[in-house]
Amino acid sequence: MAEPLLEVRDLRVHFPTDDGLVKAVDGISFTLAAGETLGVVGESGSGKSVSFLTVMGLITKNQARIQGEIVFQGQDLLKLPPEEMRNVRGAKISMIFQDPMTSLHPYYKVGTQIAEAIRTHQKVSKREAREQAVEMLRRVGIPRPDERADQYPHEFSGGMRQRAMIAMALSLNPDLLIADEPTTALDVTVQAQILDLIDRLKQEFNASVVIITHDLGVVAEHCDHIQVMYAGKIVEAGGRRDIYYGAHHPYTWGLLSSIPRLAEEEAHERLNPIRGLPPSLIFVPPGCAFHPRCPHAFDRCRTEVPALLPANGHHASACHLALEDKERIFQETVMVRR
Amino acid sequence: MGRYLIRRALFLVLVLFIVSLVTFLIFVKLPAADPARRAVGRATTPENVENARRAFGLDKPIYVQYARFAKGLIPWPGLFLNEDVYYSYSNFVPVKEEIFRRLPVTVALAVGASIIWVLIGIPIGIVSAVRRRSIADRAAMVFALFGVSAPVFWLAYLFLYLFWFKLDWAPSSGIPIGVSVLEAVAQGRFIMPWLVLALAFAAFYARMVRGNLIETMGEDYIRTARAKGLSERRVIYRHGLRAALTPVVTMFGLDLAGLLGGVFITETVFNLPGIGQYAVRSIFLNDFPSVMGVTIFGAFFIALGTLLVDVAYAFLDPRVRYT
Amino acid sequence: MSVQVNERPDEAPVEERRPLVRIRGVRKLFPITRGIIFQKHIGDVHAVDGVDLDIYPGETVGLVGETGCGKSTLARVVMRLYDATEGTIEFDGRDITDLKGRELRLLRRDMQMIFQDPFASLNPRKTIGSIIGEPFRLHHTVPRNRIKAEVQQLMELVGLNPEHYNRYPHEFSGGQRQRIGVARSLALRPKLIVCDEPVSALDVSIQAQILNLLEDLQEEFNLTYLFIAHDLAVVKHVSDRVAVMYLGKIVEMAAGATLYRNPKHPYTGALLSAVPIADPDLAAQKKRIILEGDVPSPIDPPSGCRFHPRCPNAQFPKCRDEEPFLEPHHPGQVAACHFPLEDRAVIETTDAEPVH
Repeated sequence: MAEPLLEVRDLRVHFPTDDGLVKAVDGISFTLAAGETLGVVGESGSGKSVSFLTVMGLITKNQARIQGEIVFQGQDLLKLPPEEMRNVRGAKISMIFQDPMTSLHPYYKVGTQIAEAIRTHQKVSKREAREQAVEMLRRVGIPRPDERADQYPHEFSGGMRQRAMIAMALSLNPDLLIADEPTTALDVTVQAQILDLIDRLKQEFNASVVIITHDLGVVAEHCDHIQVMYAGKIVEAGGRRDIYYGAHHPYTWGLLSSIPRLAEEEAHERLNPIRGLPPSLIFVPPGCAFHPRCPHAFDRCRTEVPALLPANGHHASACHLALEDKERIFQETVMVRR
Repeated sequence: MGRYLIRRALFLVLVLFIVSLVTFLIFVKLPAADPARRAVGRATTPENVENARRAFGLDKPIYVQYARFAKGLIPWPGLFLNEDVYYSYSNFVPVKEEIFRRLPVTVALAVGASIIWVLIGIPIGIVSAVRRRSIADRAAMVFALFGVSAPVFWLAYLFLYLFWFKLDWAPSSGIPIGVSVLEAVAQGRFIMPWLVLALAFAAFYARMVRGNLIETMGEDYIRTARAKGLSERRVIYRHGLRAALTPVVTMFGLDLAGLLGGVFITETVFNLPGIGQYAVRSIFLNDFPSVMGVTIFGAFFIALGTLLVDVAYAFLDPRVRYT
Repeated sequence: MSVQVNERPDEAPVEERRPLVRIRGVRKLFPITRGIIFQKHIGDVHAVDGVDLDIYPGETVGLVGETGCGKSTLARVVMRLYDATEGTIEFDGRDITDLKGRELRLLRRDMQMIFQDPFASLNPRKTIGSIIGEPFRLHHTVPRNRIKAEVQQLMELVGLNPEHYNRYPHEFSGGQRQRIGVARSLALRPKLIVCDEPVSALDVSIQAQILNLLEDLQEEFNLTYLFIAHDLAVVKHVSDRVAVMYLGKIVEMAAGATLYRNPKHPYTGALLSAVPIADPDLAAQKKRIILEGDVPSPIDPPSGCRFHPRCPNAQFPKCRDEEPFLEPHHPGQVAACHFPLEDRAVIETTDAEPVH
């Protein structure tokens, strides 16, 4: 059994603020194998972005109280001194972000920015770095990469900018690529192009990918394993089929029931939204954080925090309901809509 | 870009025109002593006054008078601030000559102070922004508050009192006759004026740099830079500062251009024979052509400075393109 | 042609039902100028470039497309927030194309808009009671002493707590702010509400709440909606008919189910193919139509069929030289294409009969 690429153990990230302690990530544990594409799904405030920003070392002990372990290729990243973490960041683990317009520096040419990433981690001359940058632009499908490398970000279209960011992230052949809402700011046809590009490059560069998104469709089409996060915790984790055809957590059911389905027969079918509002991360509800909004909550849910327990193999959920009940309710509420 | 420059150049002429017109009208409306009388001095016979009046063109109707001044607006050698019109009522020297004679003093003052305020203000702003809420930051902002609030003349007298009168560290201000500007600089006669002038600007720039840098460091591209694994130093200087300083550069150009038109208070308090001192004196003497000349000179510099700064911006920020 | 095409499926024949909104030949061009002192007009942004559309009372027409397609501009032209460069707009039987001044303001009682950004579209300095009550004050439809009661009634209607009358926008969440926007638009009981991306900025679970709210209100108040979004699934869900726009023109229009099963225009096919489906098996069945390149700029639209540079089906020279017009296909469906897609081009359905 191969060692996992990334293993996160009981990670907690708490931000002290004037209003109180924001428990953005509150005890998550998961593993990521080499060659896997993991989808992390959640709404705003779920902690999905914060967890991976912490993995990258972009959220540090100066800003938040961090506990737990982040073991990457056998090393606990949280125990690494900053200089060594910087060697990992950008070279072994790369990240791309949501808005490619604001994520690239407006004053520097695109080629220069990519070359900068290369020269930070490799001892190469400026010319060599630029050549590598041009080659990366070509590999992500940007036509006339030699000319484009000398242009500024505002001269690129939205889709091309995201490709350039991907080029920059992959330029040092990282083992893990984290994509934080990579397509939210793009048009839908461009979105499809970018996601396909990520799939293709994952093979070519032999990397693992994490896609963080709120879009259940994206995750269904591009991810092998899926984690659903709510209020700083992982509430469900499993393979693709487990989640879409046999989810075990009421929040997942709620998400699946509340999205309009392209395949539905009638217009104006009633959506089944999750009632209520997302919880405060300062005053998190006791017991199961989802219980105030859960139509199936009972006494135990209000007092005892459910642990993320596997039902079979890799499919785990953090819910006190019995397995038979979970399966039944899923059939009744979610599958019925198909 | 060419089109843009032409448009701006035309605009510059328009600005000079408006400034001169407004200044002229103010003077026309002011109940002041008759300049012809003043010019004539002791020998105030009706004919002398009348002659003086004719010499200064004061007998002509207002629009003709203005037209004579307007001719001096065109920034062309020979025409600009021409001698026949721009001729001081009070000391009988062509305005142009007086301005150019005094220019080196103002330049020395402005340039020297600007170097100091940049060297002090910007680093303080950077340290403040990078170490937000630390003691250094708080101290810096107190300094900034003081510098921005303290009136220049108050500071000037304070400095004079402390450093010259009491402590005898600095030479007396002012430039004695016969000493050239360079010599005066070498003698340290400009040090106090530089510091006084620089303090307010340094404070202002520190605040501006701090604000800009804090805002810039919150931008997404800074997060990307860190995600690439760059050292924090490189992130701050090559990514953050590069963007944060662009508005500071433009501000600097404007401030310097404005000062070249005359540093009024500092020159007056320290008795430095620059354009500012000349302007102040002319105002109190109601010496209209001189005031007009200095105003136009100053306006020209400021308008030119604005133009240069805007053009510079296009080089600093590749997103800006002028058509 | 347009008469037959806009016939609503399964409804009474068109002669008996007059459209609430009738748009003919509308174009909206934004001029581009250049010059030293006097600006010379050197070109235009063809934001909307020839649109015919009928919206019947009580229905929801969805408008979908990507950046630069003109959907938002079209909505604003319908609302008379912009003046149309060409064409006519009829509302409730009346020509409103050139209305100005007082008459235009009176028109506003009948048509209202809900905006995309719940953060930016509310004045942060006003209480929500004041915001929602503003239409009453502007149009004098309710006596001053009754305004608060009316506003609170509206707040309850949209799911807000009436006691929060004196709170400010920043004290509310995104979804709640959008409810405030809905309440405001409902105040004068308009006939038409234009919804410009009303749920795009909201979380998924909140989106569903707002969409349900809009449906409920439509039933209760017999509203007509023009619903604009870039999310095809959302648009299809709320709309009776969907119009797909590309570079300022409507390229296809049909009932949602028809559009989904049998898209005729290749662009519609590409959109459908690109929308991620939250169902792995169904997603695997989808036929891929991936477009090359980026969404083009409306400043210099391509000749002939505007889609020809990116169209996987394009055949030359016809597609480059001749502009296609909207032609009928399945009942209630029109598409503008010389070589339309076959049935079931994107999704293979397993059902026995397609829905008409």
